[in-house]
Amino acid sequence: MPDTQALVNDFLNKLKKRKIEGSQATAKQTAELLRSVISQTRVPYTNQAAALIQSVKAVGERLIAANPVELAVGNVVRRVLHIIREEDLSLTAAAMAGVNLSAVSDDEDDADGDNQPVLSAAAIAAASRSTLRPPSLQTLLEDVPDFAAVPHTSSSGGDSEGKSKSADKSSRSRKLKHDVIEAVNELIQDISTCHEQIAEQAVEHIHQNEVILTLGSSRTVLEFLCAAKEKKRSFRVFVAEGAPRYQGHLLAKELVMRGLPTTLITDSAVFAMISRVNMVIVGAHAVMANGGVIAPVGLNMVALAAQKHAVPFVVLAGIHKLCPLYPHHPEVLLNELRSPSELLDFGEFSDCLDFGSGIGAPLLHVVNPTFDYVPPKLVSLFITDTGGHNPSYMYRLIADYYSADDLVLQRRATSGN
Amino acid sequence: MDTRRVSRAVPRVRQVGFFTPNTPAQHPPPTRSQSGPPTSDSPPLSESPASNTLSPVMIPPARHLSDNLGGRTSALPVPGRGNAGDHATVGSYNPSESVLWLESPTRSRISDEEFSEGTDWYRRSNSAKFATSLPSGGFNFSPVKQPESVAALEAKNPLPEKSEAQKEQASNSKPLKAKTTKAERRALQESQRAAKAASKAEANKSSTPGGAASSKHMKQPPQKKDGPPAASSVAASERIGVDRPVEKERKKDLPPPRMQFDDASRVGKAKRRSVLNQPEARNRVELFRHLPPHKNGSQLPYLESKFFELHEMHPAVYKVGLKYLTGDLSGGNARCIAMLQAFREAIKDYSTPPEKTLNRDLTSKIGGFVSFLIECRPLSMSMGNAIRFLKSRITRLPLALSESEAKATLCSDIDRFINEKIVLADKVIVRHAATKIRDGDVLLTYGSSCVVEMIFLYAHELGKRFRVVVVDSRPMLEGQKLLRRLVAKGLSCTYTQLNAISYVMHEVTRVFLGASSIFSNGTVYSRVGTASVAMVAHAFHVPVLVCCEAYKFHERVQLDSICFNELGDPDAISMVPGRVDVNYLDKLIDKQKESHQLLNLKYDATPSDYISVIVTDYGMIPPTSVPVIVREYRKEYLLI
Repeated sequence: MPDTQALVNDFLNKLKKRKIEGSQATAKQTAELLRSVISQTRVPYTNQAAALIQSVKAVGERLIAANPVELAVGNVVRRVLHIIREEDLSLTAAAMAGVNLSAVSDDEDDADGDNQPVLSAAAIAAASRSTLRPPSLQTLLEDVPDFAAVPHTSSSGGDSEGKSKSADKSSRSRKLKHDVIEAVNELIQDISTCHEQIAEQAVEHIHQNEVILTLGSSRTVLEFLCAAKEKKRSFRVFVAEGAPRYQGHLLAKELVMRGLPTTLITDSAVFAMISRVNMVIVGAHAVMANGGVIAPVGLNMVALAAQKHAVPFVVLAGIHKLCPLYPHHPEVLLNELRSPSELLDFGEFSDCLDFGSGIGAPLLHVVNPTFDYVPPKLVSLFITDTGGHNPSYMYRLIADYYSADDLVLQRRATSGN
Repeated sequence: MDTRRVSRAVPRVRQVGFFTPNTPAQHPPPTRSQSGPPTSDSPPLSESPASNTLSPVMIPPARHLSDNLGGRTSALPVPGRGNAGDHATVGSYNPSESVLWLESPTRSRISDEEFSEGTDWYRRSNSAKFATSLPSGGFNFSPVKQPESVAALEAKNPLPEKSEAQKEQASNSKPLKAKTTKAERRALQESQRAAKAASKAEANKSSTPGGAASSKHMKQPPQKKDGPPAASSVAASERIGVDRPVEKERKKDLPPPRMQFDDASRVGKAKRRSVLNQPEARNRVELFRHLPPHKNGSQLPYLESKFFELHEMHPAVYKVGLKYLTGDLSGGNARCIAMLQAFREAIKDYSTPPEKTLNRDLTSKIGGFVSFLIECRPLSMSMGNAIRFLKSRITRLPLALSESEAKATLCSDIDRFINEKIVLADKVIVRHAATKIRDGDVLLTYGSSCVVEMIFLYAHELGKRFRVVVVDSRPMLEGQKLLRRLVAKGLSCTYTQLNAISYVMHEVTRVFLGASSIFSNGTVYSRVGTASVAMVAHAFHVPVLVCCEAYKFHERVQLDSICFNELGDPDAISMVPGRVDVNYLDKLIDKQKESHQLLNLKYDATPSDYISVIVTDYGMIPPTSVPVIVREYRKEYLLI
């Protein structure tokens, strides 16, 4: 326990000090941290899933509070919670199936259960159906208890089961934890290989002799372009440098090292150049449920220019960047202001800045935001590791990855504080 | 179209007398005499197109000539002078000028005088049934008619007035047109030509002694002594370039095709002629091979060493060229003024070689200067316009003038151009634009435009409370200097980079932009990044005001920023000053550098959809009205 506590605190510090660069690294580290939290959590005999969820949530709230702008943290926490719920569900479903099988073997009747309450059996049956099969018309029409009630009923089921079979119980609790950790490992795997999965689709989108524009630097974009290059496509890339961080220089260098003809331009020349560009391919910081994108600063301008010239604006996003939240005033609430020193030399202007004059309001403010919000109408296509999607479809995609119970995680965290 | 053509001939009077350089003793006479010849020139001017293109206006020449000349010689010099005091309040620019422009009283007084002369003359000519002066009176004198012209100018567009005047004109001209048939007109023209040729020959004999005798008053004496024939002779000599068939003139109006630098043979030719050694076309971006490569300051020592080989080059021009090359001199107005002043110096020191005429030799000399300047840095549109003005002034110099007179005329022309088209135009723009600033506004500007800076400072002086957002971008970072100056004057500023434009645009209420040039399809050609700012402002429904002097308007059209542009130093891209951590591109090996290119565009073209209004010295116009201004205005300054 103290071990994880130390880990959590360490990670919190890093988040607060913005030591971790990039949402992929953050997501990966978050998932690893949560894995160790899960493995360290002592699971009670009853209600194991609830206990796991409880402990993950407790850590998750603190992580999110540490850097509310880094949405990947919240995404991973929600993913892990969803995994726990799913694993629990499939376990109980399997258990129920076993019970059902025995019941069925006993008498060919429906699962009315000889020693179980009718409600719980029906709930478990419904739950198992909903997880294993797509919802049929029958289940929709039946008066099925809410999906959210499943953990409770499952635990009650486990309870009733626990009375009868104590030997099976310990193995099951270990199995739940084991399954969850397995699934989290898979998630980590997914996060670290999302580049390759996205890059595999590159040839479908980049054609011969095309001109691609990108801004700033994104590992996903780099891999995507290089994958197309490796498939013998020859094309040309314009890289806007992405002030004030100038990550575009880095991307240009990487691309040149891999032999792609690359031209570095200033951000101001984007509008001038975009009339000769076939496609804009950019990375994202996060993708919101409405299909809006939180992206490196400057991309809204690029997206507007692309729309003006009817150039496709393609956003590459790993699955860990999908955020189940809807943005509200994202330019301000999901943004972060960096140091003015990136724009101005302090030595030159320090007398005019906030602390200099001393009389009344300061004359000079410097604004240096980190992110831009690109509304969904400006995005032509999202390419995630599960394929290409329209902005309007993102909400559904997100519904596959997150459980509805966890969406309010952050709000609870803020109201709790 | 004929109405325009004629109307151009008349406003010259106003244009000339509008603001003269600061020497009251000497200048009114020359300006007046200058305004004289073109006026007498106006009938042929108006006629030659008329005969060819069936224009609506046709004026019987006999009546015209006599009326016009008689009216002018009697009316202009005498009552104009006499009434100057009486008309002191008529000059519409006066009140505002003394209050707002903070000029010296003598200055405003002079302009006032000129103005009253203008109006007086205008009335006279009007009463003398000089029908062609009507539209110009309606259009160009609109500020004169209304004493509170500042408010009037700001309140309404000049265009509706103009269209009214046109209607008037059309109604006036209809009966006239009915009178003359095509054959008649042709006959008239023929006879006129013959008369003119004769009078010209005569004038060449008669006017030379008169011209040589007077050194103080430059053009007036020959005219006064010789009376009508001499005046018409001057007109005739001036007319040389004018009475070509209209189609030819049209073609001349069309801007010549620009040199395309991807054309190997022409580039080779240019290279042989050039002074600077062209940098080898190292790894240039394919899309921009048609543009001249950037020449950086590293050529400076080479050029310095070469100075004594260029004996044709005037030192002042040379100095300006070097400043262009090193980038010490930037900004459309500053570059243009520096160039004109250098030319003025060169003209002052000029002497016509034997067996050559001043008109031709000086033109070719100026052409040599210009090509040197182009080698140092491609010309801006505004500079092109100024050069065109100067060349047309040189070619239109009466042959009758002595060399010293001609030089003095040209120098005063240059001064007048700088004063009227740039300095005063800026002041008018500032006053127009300042009315659009209200208390509590948040104004955004991009880069560093001197007009926009003047607007902000003026509005601040007026006591308006507003905030300025200065948006800047690499690699020029001109905004920092602007920011420095604004903060020093006590304006409250916010500084940010272009990428954050969507973030700051929420709070902005107006966007003020400068321009390098405005094309006649409404495209604004300006510092690279301006288009992005205008686009984002448009997306956020923030009005965009482009402030630009009318002399920067150009009749070219352009749709994108690639066909014509200017390339900057590519190495400025890879280095970020003040950021040692950004040095990713330093370590590239040569082989990699082949596939790596740096592109430093200097300008971009903002589509006219993004522009709410263009603030110019003619008032505030929509971008669709640019071709109208170009058409009216270009002729006007070419003919001054």
